[in-house]
Amino acid sequence: MRISHLNISSSAVIRNQKIILNGKVVFESNTSGLEFLRETYEKGLRIDYPKFYKMDVLGKLGIVGAHVLLKDFDFNKYQPEEVGIVLSNRNSSLEADINYFETAKTFPSPALFVYTLPNIVIGEISIRYKFKGENAFFVSEDFDAEWLHYYVDDLFKNRKIEICICGWIESVDGRHDVCLFLIEKEQKENGLNFTPENLKEIYEQG
Amino acid sequence: MNKDELLQQLKEQIIKQLKLEGKTTADIGDHDPLFVEGLGLDSIDALELIVLLQQEYNIKLNNAEQGQEVFRSVSTMADFILERQAQHI
Repeated sequence: MRISHLNISSSAVIRNQKIILNGKVVFESNTSGLEFLRETYEKGLRIDYPKFYKMDVLGKLGIVGAHVLLKDFDFNKYQPEEVGIVLSNRNSSLEADINYFETAKTFPSPALFVYTLPNIVIGEISIRYKFKGENAFFVSEDFDAEWLHYYVDDLFKNRKIEICICGWIESVDGRHDVCLFLIEKEQKENGLNFTPENLKEIYEQG
Repeated sequence: MNKDELLQQLKEQIIKQLKLEGKTTADIGDHDPLFVEGLGLDSIDALELIVLLQQEYNIKLNNAEQGQEVFRSVSTMADFILERQAQHI
């Protein structure tokens, strides 16, 4: 196994009506789809960010996922430009595209149109936390741990980021599949070395 | 429809169209600013308000500058709608 100078200090998974932080379930519900996210926002995690209601499903997943992932994040430790975000999924912004297309038959909705790109979720996370570092969104058939590792590692080496949120963020037919990682130089207690193997293991085990 | 009825209807439509969850019509004063310090609406919301006027009242704004005046408050929106409707009687 390769050894990296970087570490996976935290992970957040949203899957099967559960929210998991570092392997431990922090919220679960019998509801699914958007209702699950609403319940998570209002009752489960008690997030206070009214713009949440206006977002598409990817935006909502990003806000919930980041809220969990950044539970112990030290916002004074990093400059906004030092925080990178690299996300990926299979279906891009398909749900938002379909919703917008439906309105376009009569009165096209500007509020839906703005979500017809997958990288908007990165913008929503960045706006909420005032992050301004390098970011990218990739579309791939499946969770590609090798590529994610390569790209994030390169950002650390060449783009002066000091910490990075990365991972997979997908929603199809109301089924959420999110796995976010916090990658940083500092070795945290119970953290794992930043390798494709560890990324894949966390993604698969949740 | 008189202005009071229109104000109430507009507030309900704004809450629904702009997905202002947790807000009720009582939270929106007739003369409260809709943007920044008032309801805190943003530029995308402004576009949604233009769509609302078209969709619900069949009214098109002639230019962007007009929007600044029309969308100052729910009251200015109601005045604009009543004025346009009167022109078409």
